[in-house]
Amino acid sequence: MYNPIHQFQIAPIIPIHVGNLDFSFTNSSLFMVLTVVAGAAFLLLPTQRRAIIPGRWQSAAELTYEFVEKTLRDAAGSEGMRFFPFVFTLFLFILVSNLWGMFPYFYTVTAQIIVTGSLAALVIGTVLVYGFWKNGLGFFRLFVPSGLPIVLLPFVTFIEVLSFISRPISLSIRLFANMLAGHITLKVFAGFVTLLGSAGAIGVLGAILPLAATVALTALEFLVAALQAYVFAILTSLYLHDALHPGH
Amino acid sequence: MEAEAAKFIGAGIACIGMGAAGIGVGIIFGNFLAGAIRNPAAAQGQFTNLIFGFAVTEALGIFSFLVALILLFT
Repeated sequence: MYNPIHQFQIAPIIPIHVGNLDFSFTNSSLFMVLTVVAGAAFLLLPTQRRAIIPGRWQSAAELTYEFVEKTLRDAAGSEGMRFFPFVFTLFLFILVSNLWGMFPYFYTVTAQIIVTGSLAALVIGTVLVYGFWKNGLGFFRLFVPSGLPIVLLPFVTFIEVLSFISRPISLSIRLFANMLAGHITLKVFAGFVTLLGSAGAIGVLGAILPLAATVALTALEFLVAALQAYVFAILTSLYLHDALHPGH
Repeated sequence: MEAEAAKFIGAGIACIGMGAAGIGVGIIFGNFLAGAIRNPAAAQGQFTNLIFGFAVTEALGIFSFLVALILLFT
């Protein structure tokens, strides 16, 4: 019988062992390489000729660039544009790996907590390091809103600290759980189709319903794949804004 | 009660939180739409806030989904 979790299993393709450490080239690594190759090809190939009137692919590349640029500029201001390569890379990596995962039998890199957790740690690490480097101890103003009555201050500071601590957790878990839940739902509905299909003529008729649901869910998953990449980029921009301007 | 049965009941209860997050996300998008119809010119500028509110609300539902998953598969 099928198992909806099976698709997330990591299987080594080229086993590499160094001492007690496992450096195997797995299906996860393979799809990360594919993600980077596809992302780089999407941007590099159409911009080789740099036509003044862009073709389809060049338009797509330019639109993606301008979309992320506008997002970052709106959220973090012109000062935040120094982080544009970082945010754009994150956006493209998440978007392309989400879209790779939409192919049947393909592996979804972003449905692994270790991948999204690393990305979130990178973002929060950048915010912390840059925030302290730029503002010094003034970075702590992030936790102390100005213009509050002194009685309320400890509570509000406590809540602000708590919300800052929960940021890396929610940033990583949101992306991971969205991709995980979507792919499990697809598999479960596809499982209904095979279950009903093996139950005779009435079953085959009944299987049309979950099949239609699978098609509709696939469309929804494409939306989620793009939306989650956008959400990750926009939250990164907002957190970087905090690092640039910690005062409320 | 067997521990296995209690796990399944717990996972079901954890899913109530996802429904609550659904209400929250519905309120956010509904209110955005209501405001956007009244003043379409200002709607485009609030898109970032819309997505931010959606993401923060959705995270809470995702947490309860995660609790259900942990109960079911560990």
